[in-house]
Amino acid sequence: MLIEFSFGLIFWMTVSFLVVLFILGKFAWKPILGVLSERERTIEDALNEAKKARDEFAVLKSQNEDLMRAAREEREVLLKEARDIRDREISEAKAKAKAEGDAMLTRAREEIRNEKNAALTEMKNQVAELSVMVAERILKEKLSDAAAQKALVDKVMSDADLRKS
Amino acid sequence: MKALIRATFLTLSTLLVGAIAAQSGAHTGHDSSHAAVSNAQLDAEDVAEEHPTHAEGHTKFNPGEMIMGHVGDEHGWHLWGHTTLPLPIIIYNTERGFTSFSSGHFDHGHKTYGGYMLHEGKVVATTAADGTDAHHAAIDEALTKATWDVSITKNVLGMLVSITIMLLVFLSVARHYRTNGLGAPKGIARFIEPIILFVRDDVAKANIGPGYARFMPYLLTVFFFILINNLMGLIPIFPFGANVSGSISVTFALAAITFIITLINGNRHYWGHILAMPGVPKPVLFILTPVEILGVFLRPAILMIRLFANITAGHIIVLSFFALIFIFGEIHAGLGWGVSIFSLVFTVFMSMMELLVAFIQAFVFTFLSAMYFGSAIEGAHAEHH
Repeated sequence: MLIEFSFGLIFWMTVSFLVVLFILGKFAWKPILGVLSERERTIEDALNEAKKARDEFAVLKSQNEDLMRAAREEREVLLKEARDIRDREISEAKAKAKAEGDAMLTRAREEIRNEKNAALTEMKNQVAELSVMVAERILKEKLSDAAAQKALVDKVMSDADLRKS
Repeated sequence: MKALIRATFLTLSTLLVGAIAAQSGAHTGHDSSHAAVSNAQLDAEDVAEEHPTHAEGHTKFNPGEMIMGHVGDEHGWHLWGHTTLPLPIIIYNTERGFTSFSSGHFDHGHKTYGGYMLHEGKVVATTAADGTDAHHAAIDEALTKATWDVSITKNVLGMLVSITIMLLVFLSVARHYRTNGLGAPKGIARFIEPIILFVRDDVAKANIGPGYARFMPYLLTVFFFILINNLMGLIPIFPFGANVSGSISVTFALAAITFIITLINGNRHYWGHILAMPGVPKPVLFILTPVEILGVFLRPAILMIRLFANITAGHIIVLSFFALIFIFGEIHAGLGWGVSIFSLVFTVFMSMMELLVAFIQAFVFTFLSAMYFGSAIEGAHAEHH
């Protein structure tokens, strides 16, 4: 009774199972499995994308860092150049100013010397003139005695004020 | 998980309450109807001769009959007490043609109708007039041989109920996926999806390898068909409780389909290994080839017997614990009540086991089917000797 193959049950079982297999295969398993594999693919794609984005970001970041470093180095170079130029200019200006000052001093000295020479020459000329004038006066007046001669010389000398000429 | 536990307890509690009510009702009802019949018998001697157990039947509880009645198939669905749902009898007779009527006409197997009657639960042909007492009517052997009984029995109806549930659940899940698209699963889909993924990844992909997709519809259908029928078999109230997956006809049909799919898909490599195992000396093949050919048939046979035996055994054990209550109850009512506590505890335990077995057997059947399919299409991608 327990182990008994019943034709009717086998018949209905086979028929209804095949019908269920067909219906579920067409309207349930196919869409469900389709969605499941599609979802898995989507998730995998998303993960891959994320990984790629992360890698790209890392590359970008290192590139940025390189750029920054390069910029910093360039700034250093520029600053150094600027500093050098400034120093050079200052020293040049200093040298120039010194040279000019020296030249001016030289010129001034020369002028002083020239003036001095000129003054000396003039003074010599005046001394000569005065001497000539004194000599003329002396020669014009008849000088009898020594005392009178002396007084005359003093008078002439005091008339001839060196500073005035 | 919480919902699953709640559902388990609900199932078990209904199982217990239902089983107690059904069994206590069934036997008093059965016995009294038998008693009424035997009282109506004019020829008491004849009754005693034909049904020797009948005279004792109305006083003595017969556990074997009760258990087999619940485990086996019937042309009517016993609901409670005297109430039995009559099921359609559908017969094709090569001599008489097509007949269909309600099994109610048989009056629990006591009457003949339309040239047929029930004998030990089976439809047999008779030439007696309608309404004759079936216990006296002669069986027409020749006509019985020409009878093909495709009635909607208890198991067929139980299977149709399970199939309806299956279709409702999975078509609604499929609709959910169609509308929900790639979003996270909700509702039943959330419970179903891991099982589908399990069948796909750990059963189909693991055993079949590439090319598994072709077998997925069958594997999923067979897994859920067995699982749902196993679970329905645990609920003892109408319209559940038919022992569908514990019926050898059902497991035979399932195993046969697995067998046929394996044979259809068997490639040269598969047949080569069966008919002439490569690398084996010729004389050995005389022993090996018959063994291999036997194995081809044994594998589905084992599938059939394993599912049938596991499910039926579980049901028999649960019913036996209930039978104990009535056996002791016959000795003394108090003893029956006392034993009922132990029976309940053991039944709860067994029902838990059966719940586990329901999943395990559905898994084992699907897993082994996938293994056979895998061996059938093997070699196309992986040669190993």
